[in-house]
Amino acid sequence: MSVLVLLIFASLAIATTFLVAFIWAVRSGQYEDTFTPSMRVLMEEPPAHRDTDTIPKKPAKQNP
Amino acid sequence: MATTVKRPTEKAPMIPAVEQMNIAPSPGDEAAAKRPIEAAAASGSVVNAPCFHCGEPCRTGAFTQEGRHFCCPGCQTVFALLADSGLERFYDLATTPGTRVKRTPMLRQWSFLDDVAVEERLLDFADQKRARVTLYLPAIHCVACVWLLENLFRLQEGIGESRVNFTRREVSVTFERAIVKLSRLAELLTSLGYEPALTFGALDSGKSRETPAWRRRQWLQIGVAGFGFGNLMLLALPGYLGLDSLSGPWFKTLAGWLSLALALPVLVYSAADYWRAAWLCLRRRMLSLDVPIALGLASIYGRSVFEVATGRGEGYGDSLTGLIFFLLCGRLFQRKTFDRLAFDRDYKGFFPLSVLRKKAGREESVAISQLAVGDRLVIRHGELIPADAKLISGEALVDYSFVTGESQPAKVGAGQNLFAGGRQVAGVIEIETFKPVSESYLTSLWNSAVFRKKSDDDLDSQTNQYSRRFTLLVIGVAIAAAVFWVFVDASVALNAFTSVLIVACPCALALAAPLTLGTAQRLLAGRRVFLRNAQVVERMATAETVVFDKTGTLTSPGAGAAKWSGTPLSEAERSWLRALAGHSAHPLAARICEAVRPAGTMAVESFGETPGSGMEGRVGGREIAMGSAAWLRTRGARSGTSEADPLSLEGGSVHVAIDGLHRGCFTVQSELRPEMETLLRRLRGCYQLVLLSGDNARDAARFQALLGGQAHVKFNQSPFDKLRVIGELQSAGCRVMMVGDGLNDAGALKQADVGVAVVENVGTFSPASDVILDAAQLPSLAAVLAFSKRAARVVRAGFLVSGLYNLVGVSIAAAGLLSPLVCAVLMPVSSGTVALFAMGATRWMARRSFDSGSQREEPLTAEAASVNFLTPAATEAAP
Repeated sequence: MSVLVLLIFASLAIATTFLVAFIWAVRSGQYEDTFTPSMRVLMEEPPAHRDTDTIPKKPAKQNP
Repeated sequence: MATTVKRPTEKAPMIPAVEQMNIAPSPGDEAAAKRPIEAAAASGSVVNAPCFHCGEPCRTGAFTQEGRHFCCPGCQTVFALLADSGLERFYDLATTPGTRVKRTPMLRQWSFLDDVAVEERLLDFADQKRARVTLYLPAIHCVACVWLLENLFRLQEGIGESRVNFTRREVSVTFERAIVKLSRLAELLTSLGYEPALTFGALDSGKSRETPAWRRRQWLQIGVAGFGFGNLMLLALPGYLGLDSLSGPWFKTLAGWLSLALALPVLVYSAADYWRAAWLCLRRRMLSLDVPIALGLASIYGRSVFEVATGRGEGYGDSLTGLIFFLLCGRLFQRKTFDRLAFDRDYKGFFPLSVLRKKAGREESVAISQLAVGDRLVIRHGELIPADAKLISGEALVDYSFVTGESQPAKVGAGQNLFAGGRQVAGVIEIETFKPVSESYLTSLWNSAVFRKKSDDDLDSQTNQYSRRFTLLVIGVAIAAAVFWVFVDASVALNAFTSVLIVACPCALALAAPLTLGTAQRLLAGRRVFLRNAQVVERMATAETVVFDKTGTLTSPGAGAAKWSGTPLSEAERSWLRALAGHSAHPLAARICEAVRPAGTMAVESFGETPGSGMEGRVGGREIAMGSAAWLRTRGARSGTSEADPLSLEGGSVHVAIDGLHRGCFTVQSELRPEMETLLRRLRGCYQLVLLSGDNARDAARFQALLGGQAHVKFNQSPFDKLRVIGELQSAGCRVMMVGDGLNDAGALKQADVGVAVVENVGTFSPASDVILDAAQLPSLAAVLAFSKRAARVVRAGFLVSGLYNLVGVSIAAAGLLSPLVCAVLMPVSSGTVALFAMGATRWMARRSFDSGSQREEPLTAEAASVNFLTPAATEAAP
């Protein structure tokens, strides 16, 4: 029956991982805005968030 | 502007484009902007295609590039700028996604942003090299906007990441301070059609909204509670099913200690707000629902520790965490907030952030907070007067309707006083301030005592009255049970005492009100009635007196429809008038345009406008003049009829002369909003009605008839009078609901038990209030009030249901028979039924209230509605 103990602690460990992931998600601001990301999906190329000191490369022109 | 830009060599093509935009239409000069239109119109090339950029109809074919038509040079320049920077995808994401660049950007319009003190207030974060700022851009309305704004770095060197929050219509931009200044960023956004809306309030009080930290904490608390609840259920389940006997007594001990460990963070962290609230209540010697909750939580955990430590059982960890989890979910549901709505704005949110100051012959843009007495300011058409001032030069026609309720703009001569908050509707004027912004006539309203008291909303709400009795009852029963058992069987006494506290822990009771009121709040939001918080429903239900403002509330704001009086106009004449009126930015001209519809468009051959007096032009070979009677007379218009002197009509009327012959006039009257008669008739039966207007009494008889014989109708009420009248009504024992729209109602809205602000455009400025009501929904106010009464009844019924559960639970507990299993079953079942009942009954009541009678409309969910009010191109900036 000691396998039960093992299972309990294994399940607790997994649950804790999820809790930590959740805390990380909240802290990184993913719950701040739940609407805009759904619009970003519609854009094919995500804006290349760059550091301010790098130069952006110009995307190829395309005709609308 | 170009001087502040460090020119990036690799992006040479865009620089001329930006410069062209700022220079081509000369700043602030509307006549100049029209010249190309006239030229094109004269050449006869009229195009009816919509503008490729903004979708407004092109009046001319003068602005064409790569086979695309544009309505104005502004739109064309934005297109050129985007095309040069490889951002044409903007036009793929949505058709005509742009916003018309309404006002030509002024030179150095934003230069005040570079002031260190101003900058410091606005920046979210700044170090030596970089800074981040969050700006509110009301023009954000579609996917393409999000895309363009998140690609800002391609347009301007030195801009880093930019993130859009669509629901709040905010963009948060990181930039390098050495290359881009805040003013340059604002200029860039303005030139793209996304003018940042910065108000004086943003500078003064910083960001007063719910902080992100607070919202994150709420999520984390629920997360931790859910984690504890889920895992504890897993541990407790074998016990409920009797399976733990198979694994021996060690399992019970392990599960007991584990559950204590798992419940501890939930108890301490997740339930922290309940502990704090209960402690506060006790310190103020009051009883709210938080007290029995805290008492219940403490006794559950205490008894669990006792049972586990003495080896009697596993404790009640699962019930404890479940309880906290449900409570937090209910709270999250109730604390529905509307992102773009601010219920607490004062006059500072109404005033712009900057104003044009004239100093030593130069005009400079300064922040309003830095204005000093004696400053000379330049106020242009459509701008607000920021402080009480004297008119130095120019002709002032000031619209005080938002400040005083007076519906006609006032004409002010040189040397006379102008008051803060008025909007100049004629041309450019120069004024000299004689009072600081914070001490002007209007803003002194905010020094009144009502604005200083902190609103402790729900102290005497229905819920709290019930919970007070409930708490006393529970403690009474617990003590009685303990005393009874002391005499019968002393070993059960403590057990019975804690059991009562555990079971009576008012989970269901605590859920009944939040869920009912929260559902009501959502349902109302779907009908574009936005409540500050859910408790407002309860207060609305108890209102007995409804006080209305007139201008802007019962009547449409600004001018109503224009009515023609005079000799009838032919179809051709109407199209001439329409063409001419279409050239003016004056609000009355817009009404005339609407009034003479439908008529074809005509080209205007020449056009001239005398601000504040009238306009004249040549259309279809005829000389047409429109304006005030006096002005027309100076233009030599003669009366064509036999009437004594038709030119003497004054007040909100625009006279028309064609080829020097006076033809009649358009009279623009403040008009009742649609269905007001029906609404007032419905309300008349059940509520005491009062009308408080700042306007003069010329419409007194009409409104007395509308509101009924018993209604009090008062005119010429100053903002202070309104505040006082509401106070008097309250001290006479009435619960008052105030419905108003302007700054002049701000005091009354605050003083009233429920303040309802009526707005034309959700998201624009409204004074501090409890309810923000879309003006189009004003006719349904009676239904809203009826619904609030029914919702209050649902709350009472919910209390009854949870009371029954408590009766059962408490009798078991008082008999000393409570086991973890009974507890674990009873709690979720009672909470579940109450939750279902509350939400279902509220929805049913909403259907009964809103769908009866004439109001059959597609019911919207709150989510759909909140998206709905964002998506239309609500480009109107908060003033």
